[in-house]
Amino acid sequence: MRRSALLVLAALTVADWSAGPARAGEIPPAERRSGFDTMSPDIQAMQRDGMANPALLWLEDGADLWAKAPAPDRPACAGCHGEAGLAMRGVATRYPAWDAASAAPIDLQGRVNACRRRHQGAEPYPYESRELLGLTAYVAAQSAGLPITVPDDSRLGAARAAGRALFTQRMGQLGLSCAACHDDHPGRRLGAAAIPQGHPTGYPLYRLEWQGVGSVQRRLRNCMTGMRAEPFGYGAPEFVALERYLMDRAAPLAIETPAVRP
Amino acid sequence: MRRRLYWLWIGCAVLAARVEAGEEAEPGAERLRPVAIVDGAIPASLTGVPGDPARGRALVVDRTKGLCLLCHAGPFPEERFTGNLGPALDGIGDRLAPGALRLRLVDGRVLNPDTIMPSYYSLAGTTRVGAAWRDRPVLEPQEIEDIVAFLATLRDTPSERPAP
Repeated sequence: MRRSALLVLAALTVADWSAGPARAGEIPPAERRSGFDTMSPDIQAMQRDGMANPALLWLEDGADLWAKAPAPDRPACAGCHGEAGLAMRGVATRYPAWDAASAAPIDLQGRVNACRRRHQGAEPYPYESRELLGLTAYVAAQSAGLPITVPDDSRLGAARAAGRALFTQRMGQLGLSCAACHDDHPGRRLGAAAIPQGHPTGYPLYRLEWQGVGSVQRRLRNCMTGMRAEPFGYGAPEFVALERYLMDRAAPLAIETPAVRP
Repeated sequence: MRRRLYWLWIGCAVLAARVEAGEEAEPGAERLRPVAIVDGAIPASLTGVPGDPARGRALVVDRTKGLCLLCHAGPFPEERFTGNLGPALDGIGDRLAPGALRLRLVDGRVLNPDTIMPSYYSLAGTTRVGAAWRDRPVLEPQEIEDIVAFLATLRDTPSERPAP
């Protein structure tokens, strides 16, 4: 008896379940749906209505920062790029992108901060600061309505693979993965919450639960905490890889920034 | 007391055996009681102490402890917003014997490696567990027994329904 109990315990302990693949696999492009579609009509109206969307306050901050020089002898964003509506149109559809200077993929907020350091002689904005969210949302909003694309850049291959691995990996005390809900069970409910397919079409976005605008990394950290996992830190390469994979997985849905979600 | 010493001995023996075999020990796993799986079930109680159905019900509806209603509906008229990721628990006591319920709670991956249901009493294969939850199973063994005892009372057959 002792012996069999030991064997069973040993088997339970050393067996590696984490390698198991997601059951249903990726959602085909024609079946991809934004979380917008399953929201209540009043929240949909809040996103659609320019005057009611609370994220517009952040967007206005972003527009001001775009035009304002960080120091008298340093260019504003507009000083190099010109009008955001022209220069930034379509940019968010292809981010995260390869950053040659750091030889790594970079997300949109990382690009904003890299520009500040490299070209504006300014300190990077802290993650989730009103400035970084506002400026990133303002840049991303110039792509609103345009389809997310899958960049044809082989240098992004490693990040894509790493992002996919993170998406399907069970983690945390509850042993859940992103794929277990968002690939296998979209449309079902977790408690009161409808499970979306999990496409980052509208970030930075206003979440009623947050009473504010937040980044996709904030949302991913929320989900990881729900799994009782240790979330990655803001700016972690894991988050950039995961976002790259999520954007591939979301194409060709349209950018919705600034979106509103429950 | 003798029983406790017995489990302690098992814990040490397992740890020693693993070190000998050069395996990496699952941190905290030595704390978990061994379970014997027989034909898709864990027939023996994890504790030897009968479960308390009332405590089990309280755990099932507790959304920060048992978490059950995040995924399962069931005969809980006072509870709104139950999830539907898993099957409804109505009549589950008719469909599954206590031993089968116990295995599904302890580690349902034994039956279905791809199950979305968390393993409530296993540390196998866990990664990146948050600091507050590290090296601990989701539920304690007596809590598992309480939930098994409660689920066994969920019968569709009215004649078998226990008196309130």
